[in-house]
Amino acid sequence: MTTSTIMISSADGTQIEAYLAQPSGPESRGGVVLIHHMPGYDRGSKEIARRIAELGYDTIVPNLYWREAPGAAPDDAAATARANGGVPDAQLIADVSGGAAFLRGLSASNGKVATIGHCSGGRQSVLVACNADVDAAVDCYGAYVTGVVPEGWPLKITSLTDQLPNLRAPLLGLFGNEDQYPSPEQVDELEQILKAHEKTYEFHRYDGAAHAFFANDRPSYRVEAANDGWERIAAFFRTHLAA
Amino acid sequence: MCTYTTIQTAVDGSAKGAGGAWLHVDQATVYFDHPVHASAEHTLNIDLADPAKGPSARVAIELTAASARALVQAINDALAVVPEGLTV
Repeated sequence: MTTSTIMISSADGTQIEAYLAQPSGPESRGGVVLIHHMPGYDRGSKEIARRIAELGYDTIVPNLYWREAPGAAPDDAAATARANGGVPDAQLIADVSGGAAFLRGLSASNGKVATIGHCSGGRQSVLVACNADVDAAVDCYGAYVTGVVPEGWPLKITSLTDQLPNLRAPLLGLFGNEDQYPSPEQVDELEQILKAHEKTYEFHRYDGAAHAFFANDRPSYRVEAANDGWERIAAFFRTHLAA
Repeated sequence: MCTYTTIQTAVDGSAKGAGGAWLHVDQATVYFDHPVHASAEHTLNIDLADPAKGPSARVAIELTAASARALVQAINDALAVVPEGLTV
């Protein structure tokens, strides 16, 4: 495996930083865009990227906060982005699309690209799959895919309920039944909408797990749910990122 | 992250930041969400910042909900005993 920090072009033409993790060898393979969580382009996100590369996929993590905080520490960049209202959805779609285009341009690419994200990145993974050309999407406990966003918040987020009919890729959803963001009721609502629109989806919901059960540096970590979740992710990518 | 709850207010004062340097702060961003460092699933987080000086001009605080409430009470108690003329 090799890792590097590079510059890529967002689909809107802006140059942004990205972290790239690649399996060794010339074998044809798919790619994955990892959408980092709201705390930023941090060590944990880069660890996840390396794990996905270990599964056999070229993996890229666009630094979503590069525009407003180039070179800043991840926590400072995240604080700046939050204070500015968060990443606008159109900008996020452009940045992830830029990452997908970069992956498809690699010599080993088989043309298939998936998105994956946790927390806010989970919502954004679904957002991209409703608006851009990706072959699969993974949503790990993303809040406000459904549900009602309280009015008056400085953060520019919206529920994706009205965009879900446009979902154009198979969706894997991994959720904790003790989570409130998203709550089990919001996950139920998401499933009902996907079912009504005959979308391809696969959900796994874990008892005894709340939000961020994959985060092995937080008290929320739940080893059984996380291990099973990684198995589900690996199987999903095997199915949808094969040539 | 998860709750997204974010409240912002203007402030006027100073804080001691990275490297031990004092900085003027004019913005407080307050949110209840996952911490970066504190050992709790969610915390009340406060960023005291001078945005004009860039992302690192920030003092970050992460408090459990109970201790954040205790801090609010302590601030109010401290202000309550000060003669009114001093706090205008």
